[in-house]
Amino acid sequence: MNIAATGINFLRQAEVAGRLKQLLSAEAVLHAEEDTRSYESDGLSAYRQLPMVVALPSSEEEVRQVLLTCHELKAPVVARGAGTGLSGGALPMGDGVLLSLAKMRRILALDPVARTARVQPGVTNLAISEAAAPYGLFYAPDPSSQIACSIGGNVAENSGGVHCLKYGLTVHNVLRVRAVTIEGEIVEFGNETLDAPGLDLLALMIGSEGMLAVATEITVKLLPKPVTARVILASFDDVEKAGNAVADVIAAGVVPSGLEMMDRPAVRAVEEFVHAGYDLEAAALLLCEADGTAEEVEEAIAGMTGVLRRSGATAIRVSNSEAERQKFWAGRKAAFPAVGRISPDYYCMDGTIPRKKLGEILNFIADLEKKYGLRCPNVFHAGDGNLHPLILFDANDPDQLDRTERFAGEVLEKCVEVGGTITGEHGVGVEKINQMCVQFATAEIERFRGVKRAFDPGGLLNPGKNIPTLHRCAEFGRMRVRGGQLPHPELPRF
Amino acid sequence: MIERFAEVVRAASRRGAPLRLRGGGTKDFYGQALEGEVLDTGGYTGVVAYEPSELVITARCGSKLAEIETAMRGHGQMLAFEPPHFAQFGSGGATLGGTIAAGLSGPRRQAAGALRDFVLGVKIMDGRGEVLSFGGQVMKNVAGYDVSRLMAGSLGTLGIILEVSLKALPLPVAEATLRLELPEDKAIETLNRWGGKPLPISASAWTGGELGVRLSGAAAAVAAAREKIGGELVDAAQGERFWAGIREQTDPFFRGAIEKTAPLWRISVPPTTPPLKLPGEPLLEWGGALRWLCSHADARTVREAATRAGGHASLFRGGDKSVGVFQPLAPALMKIHKELKHEFDPQGIFNRGRMYPGL
Repeated sequence: MNIAATGINFLRQAEVAGRLKQLLSAEAVLHAEEDTRSYESDGLSAYRQLPMVVALPSSEEEVRQVLLTCHELKAPVVARGAGTGLSGGALPMGDGVLLSLAKMRRILALDPVARTARVQPGVTNLAISEAAAPYGLFYAPDPSSQIACSIGGNVAENSGGVHCLKYGLTVHNVLRVRAVTIEGEIVEFGNETLDAPGLDLLALMIGSEGMLAVATEITVKLLPKPVTARVILASFDDVEKAGNAVADVIAAGVVPSGLEMMDRPAVRAVEEFVHAGYDLEAAALLLCEADGTAEEVEEAIAGMTGVLRRSGATAIRVSNSEAERQKFWAGRKAAFPAVGRISPDYYCMDGTIPRKKLGEILNFIADLEKKYGLRCPNVFHAGDGNLHPLILFDANDPDQLDRTERFAGEVLEKCVEVGGTITGEHGVGVEKINQMCVQFATAEIERFRGVKRAFDPGGLLNPGKNIPTLHRCAEFGRMRVRGGQLPHPELPRF
Repeated sequence: MIERFAEVVRAASRRGAPLRLRGGGTKDFYGQALEGEVLDTGGYTGVVAYEPSELVITARCGSKLAEIETAMRGHGQMLAFEPPHFAQFGSGGATLGGTIAAGLSGPRRQAAGALRDFVLGVKIMDGRGEVLSFGGQVMKNVAGYDVSRLMAGSLGTLGIILEVSLKALPLPVAEATLRLELPEDKAIETLNRWGGKPLPISASAWTGGELGVRLSGAAAAVAAAREKIGGELVDAAQGERFWAGIREQTDPFFRGAIEKTAPLWRISVPPTTPPLKLPGEPLLEWGGALRWLCSHADARTVREAATRAGGHASLFRGGDKSVGVFQPLAPALMKIHKELKHEFDPQGIFNRGRMYPGL
């Protein structure tokens, strides 16, 4: 009787919203459908759920008060940054509070000498680099959503980017996270030095998808901006040859600052969109960048050009100016929107594999395109083996959606089979939770749940994301066979 | 061998009897307490997989660090965090498992990153005798919590690190060591100024008025940086010996600590922290972010100075361990530590008290 058409229990909603309104200003607690609708999904819009209540705290103390109250009321809490995540990590709960950190967007301190910035979680990734630019510094991880995504979200997902081959992921570039636990305790993971006493809880916190604590302050490392950068655009007449060239570049002893690959369908989609001057006849294109001092870049570009030629590149162009470098990159950076133009919907995967398996996985994907009757252009962070195949489909056709999900599931499971992972940088969220059962055995999932308990014994922070229950794994059924044994033999089969 | 480990672990868990995990025994001096019967992991050896073009090496815990590094050098690669071997403190040199458990990084840490930054995956045995894998052999992996990195520096308190996958990096094409004469405050200021510039500085060490700076990278970049930094060029072999002395603590500064029987403090501070002015001799590394101190100063004085600067101090070697080897944790953090320990090691058998009393 108390359930509205949206599935939300309005008595409970009134209780929780009422308590939160005692803590925050009236406009910082939302529960009317017209106000909460815009929070119903993150960047993975296939999953939608109206939150029961949205809370928008402006300070750490407000975050603490909200968490204490939710703890007391046993209301689950989903933290959200800018909502650009691609795995449904910030999907709200119909019986929970969506905790938006969007109002906490101040850069608290920037120390150009120590090369650190202390920021609130709602600050955008790009805003940090912009603030650091006058000092010749930058924040290295550059996810493609960097103009919009928040640093708090980057911490939750351990975001990467085009340049993480050389500069690392979020976990390599964050020194300290100050956070509030669900019990309202303020905790500091890491500090503004290069290490901290005790266990490396900072590593656990980064990539934990908002399930361990809510970050309220983040100290990031800033790096000196490279003096210059040049990029090589190399064509290959065969995808496997391009894959091998990637391994050859890495083995030759120089780590490029970016090493990206696109197959022909992806190249054609972006060329039509941004006119980057790409070779439309190539089966695959590699973008291979070196940055640093002018001397370093010259040496690296000469070395890498030689390797690419020997690996069978059919054409090679090297950017001769910053404008040309930007032009070469424009296509790669526009890959997702370009693909968005040629299909009503696309589904982006994020598996990571050992580089040497690139050819094998590409052939596997080509076979699946035939099997499921769906097209799948490929863009990769090739240097670190991170794939982003984009399955093209029409969400209005339930059969296509179903085929897409099965297609994606097979690709992710193949990634695990060849020694890789189901997600390199987008996170598990709700999207890949079933595939977690494929990648991990029962005891491993139990230890993950143990980690969660150590921080959040009541399981109130973002429940249902990232780590599946064993029951769910049993129901999912498709599980990993390790050493001839089903991984969850103790569970009943349905 | 895994089965034997599992039997020992299960038996110890049943009796609630502590086990002391030990590889090469080169770091027995490090940490709070050595408790329990030794479980020697040195016999579980071998490189499981090493493909230079993947930039990943996977090896078992008992493998000698020296052998791993030699194999990598053969392919023009290295462990870029430059871990210490501390061969002088134990028989036969450090093992890979002990290296990961101790989590110590050497001079190149300031540029390349810490040991934990290079851990891609682990296979461990927990306190129930179960073998678990986390992470993998790929560069990017965000499936589940980052338990692999949690093992780095865990001092064996959560489980036996059976196998580890580490990211490899190419050896620098060129290296050069420069020596400059500077007082401590000027050295700190200069190192921080250079830190903000795109210079290929891979290591720095200051003590007694002398600053050593190592440049690593493309030949042309090293040559160009030499011009900018100045100072006196150190002969290559001598430079290599110097950095080995800093990494292995065989440098006269560290030997002096042993001779004087003075405790050796390891103080981690923000790099811009001015000279700490504590009694005793300091040696600075990592662009000013790491300060070694050979001093009889009392623990509270050292810890207060570190805390004031926003850092922490550990009693690295020697001294009276009853003052606490590692900086005490805030109660909320200690609570999480205890819960995590309980999840991985419910009977509390692994390296009991090695990190903190009661953990």
